[in-house]
Amino acid sequence: MGIEVKFFASMRDIIGEDREIDSEILNEKSIKNVDDIWNYCAEGKERPANVLIAVNMDYVDAQTLVKEGDEVAFFPPVTGG
Amino acid sequence: MKIMIDSDPFDPWQVLSDYQKENTNLEGQYGATAVFVGTMRDFNEGDNVAEMFLEHYPGMTDRHLENICLQATGEHQLLESLVVHRVGTIRPNDPIVLVAVWTAHRKQAFEACREIMEDLKSKAPFWKKEQLNDGQDRWVEKNTRGY
Repeated sequence: MGIEVKFFASMRDIIGEDREIDSEILNEKSIKNVDDIWNYCAEGKERPANVLIAVNMDYVDAQTLVKEGDEVAFFPPVTGG
Repeated sequence: MKIMIDSDPFDPWQVLSDYQKENTNLEGQYGATAVFVGTMRDFNEGDNVAEMFLEHYPGMTDRHLENICLQATGEHQLLESLVVHRVGTIRPNDPIVLVAVWTAHRKQAFEACREIMEDLKSKAPFWKKEQLNDGQDRWVEKNTRGY
């Protein structure tokens, strides 16, 4: 099942397209929380201090635990309206 | 309550009129309607803007707007609420957002309309990318303060 990771707006420019992290990699890399997801996807790029994070479409912080089947999203401050 | 996120241009005054007519439950009940319409300018941060692309997070954006309206309905005794937001390519003078609320009295209407709009601006996952007249493009990094 894995974890689906999405990047929106300028985060997509920094990190790249959406991806799925499969079960094997989750175990191999000991991915437990949102911060681990960022570190795996960002390949050394620092997480911007103002990045917003959602798990299953709810705002969370970087220490939030993740599990298989979750959808994790990273995006910059919102600018709608 | 109705939330619409659409890539097609819309006329906020027509949408507002249609919605009010459709909701016959409002008849005789509402004493106040507060409306906010946001429209695209052709300038920002000292530059001329030719057009804009508005991205959103399908699913989360809708859900967030619904939650804002549900919360405002509880806090301000809203009889009805309507939020319409454009996405995709937008040009100057195009309406971007419509927020409308119907209540018995003006206090709740003014406060709820403001709260919904400010929450939308600070938490609803939308992002603007501007294309400038000189051909460059850039992400808008922050909204202006509303209060």
